[in-house]
Amino acid sequence: MRSPDAPPERPAPRRWAIWLPLGLFVGFVLLVLIGLLRPADREVASAMIGKPLPAFDLPPAIPDRPGLARSDFAGGKPRLLNVFASWCIPCAVEAPQLDALAKEGVEIDGIAIRDRQEDIAAFLARNGNPFTRIGADDVSAVQLAIGSSGVPETFVIDAGGVIRYQHIGEIRADQLPLIRAKLKEAEQ
Amino acid sequence: MLLFLALVSPLAAQDTMPPAPYAYRQLDDPAQEAQAQALMETLRCLKCQSQSIADSDAPMAGDMRSQVRQRIAAGEEPEAIRAWLVERYGDYVSYAPRMTPLTWPLFVLPIVLLALAALLLRCRFLGGRDQ
Repeated sequence: MRSPDAPPERPAPRRWAIWLPLGLFVGFVLLVLIGLLRPADREVASAMIGKPLPAFDLPPAIPDRPGLARSDFAGGKPRLLNVFASWCIPCAVEAPQLDALAKEGVEIDGIAIRDRQEDIAAFLARNGNPFTRIGADDVSAVQLAIGSSGVPETFVIDAGGVIRYQHIGEIRADQLPLIRAKLKEAEQ
Repeated sequence: MLLFLALVSPLAAQDTMPPAPYAYRQLDDPAQEAQAQALMETLRCLKCQSQSIADSDAPMAGDMRSQVRQRIAAGEEPEAIRAWLVERYGDYVSYAPRMTPLTWPLFVLPIVLLALAALLLRCRFLGGRDQ
């Protein structure tokens, strides 16, 4: 310590400033750690939730199911709109869950993205066919129109044709109660 | 292992459909194509999120390019197409920055910092001359 009666030539350095680089470094390490341990959400949520489905009319994707149009979503109970593809592996993973929902009486309509008729038929023969209607979307037009950014995605559509919920990624077995709850919510 | 990979790779591939009509084809009118290109360079590919749809070879990006080109060819304004996509995917889909209640600090902060730096420099140099 300097004696108070000897005036310093320069102003006394701030003691705390010596810790500044270390503090900055620790802050930086924390920031990196947060980024590593809790990566940001890379899913792109649709901004169409709460809005009515846009107009569309898709041709049938396979011969034994009708195609899918906007006009099919009117009246009745809330239903699921599943965006899928035969070339999408998680779509096969969620097939048992969709099957279970269909057996419970939930109406599920499908949109097949960029897919061939024979591939879809083989996919459904292998994994079961829970769909009432399947529309073929060969240029992702309807997918873009509803704000979906990948496969699989499942939308809950209420009786008025309004999109009420978007499930991104496959529906896993432990997420079935969530889907049932969202369907129930959409009844109001 | 090689055989396994050979068997698995067709499954892991994205799809076997041909690309959308205007995914890799330019519009005949150069002025319209230039408009479309400028817009596509500022739209985010949703599958490969650090690329624009102009840069990406993802099938979905091709579908988006095709839709952009067809809409431009039909006479739609580029900013109307951007607005249509933002309505569906939020601001995230657009690379063109907008001033919103959330983003205004990004625009204002550099000006504030520059002003602060100018003030500091002024104090330092002018202050030194006074002594």
